[in-house]
Amino acid sequence: MNLVINNRRETVPDDIRTIKDLLDFKKFSFPRIIVRINGKLIRKPAYPETVIRENDRIEAIHMISGG
Amino acid sequence: MKQINYICFIMKFEEIKSVLSECSVGIAGAGGLGSNCAAALVRIGLGHLVIVDFDRIEESNLNRQYYFRDQIGQPKVVALKDNLLRINPFLDLTISQEVLIPGNIPDFFEDVDLLIEAFDKADQKAMLIETALAVWPDRPVISGSGLAGYGDFASLQIVRSGSLYICGDQTHETGDETPPIAPRVGIVSHMQANLALELLLNLNSPVSSESFIS
Repeated sequence: MNLVINNRRETVPDDIRTIKDLLDFKKFSFPRIIVRINGKLIRKPAYPETVIRENDRIEAIHMISGG
Repeated sequence: MKQINYICFIMKFEEIKSVLSECSVGIAGAGGLGSNCAAALVRIGLGHLVIVDFDRIEESNLNRQYYFRDQIGQPKVVALKDNLLRINPFLDLTISQEVLIPGNIPDFFEDVDLLIEAFDKADQKAMLIETALAVWPDRPVISGSGLAGYGDFASLQIVRSGSLYICGDQTHETGDETPPIAPRVGIVSHMQANLALELLLNLNSPVSSESFIS
């Protein structure tokens, strides 16, 4: 499946169906991330049931400690 | 995420102050980012400010936070109030010494025009941003992420995702070898203040917000 992840075109294996699958595949760790699909915010509890589709634009923003 | 191009607006300081005096900003966290960002916004005439932080000042905070040695042990919001009112005694300032959680964020920040995320821990940053964007999808949230260490000024940037703006290098995490210290924390906190100013003036002027996007 072709996706745009953080503004980069990427092809991921077809068995990746949900946001949770994608975050696991990309090894994006859970507690500190903001996820949007096509601009829409996806809240953490919805990651396992949120299905991603061909050409979706996904933003996974990793927050960094320090302040 | 989009990279932001700065546009330098030309406006007299009296005009800036006049617009800002009607504006309200919320700051979540009164550490290195929040305390310095607050001071910058108050110096240029922000009228209304809401600051929430649960913590007390420790000696180790003095390497970057807008506090003084004789304030060690005080709640940060109490000391910051004292310091900010010394800059502008007419500031309308609301402080709360509370732990922010998804359940109370909507109440504390209901009436602000934009929100500054100024936490230390990454999971807290994510929690605040996620909550704020869910409650107020169109209200700007200005976050700081990646400010530890020193040098490497050119890596500090602002990226935008909808109404979320993230200031910092998005790379350097706080650690023993990369402490958060005044110069770089100060730059990022002032990037937040500068962007807040830009957005507030823009919200209150006919210039299209599209002009922020490269």
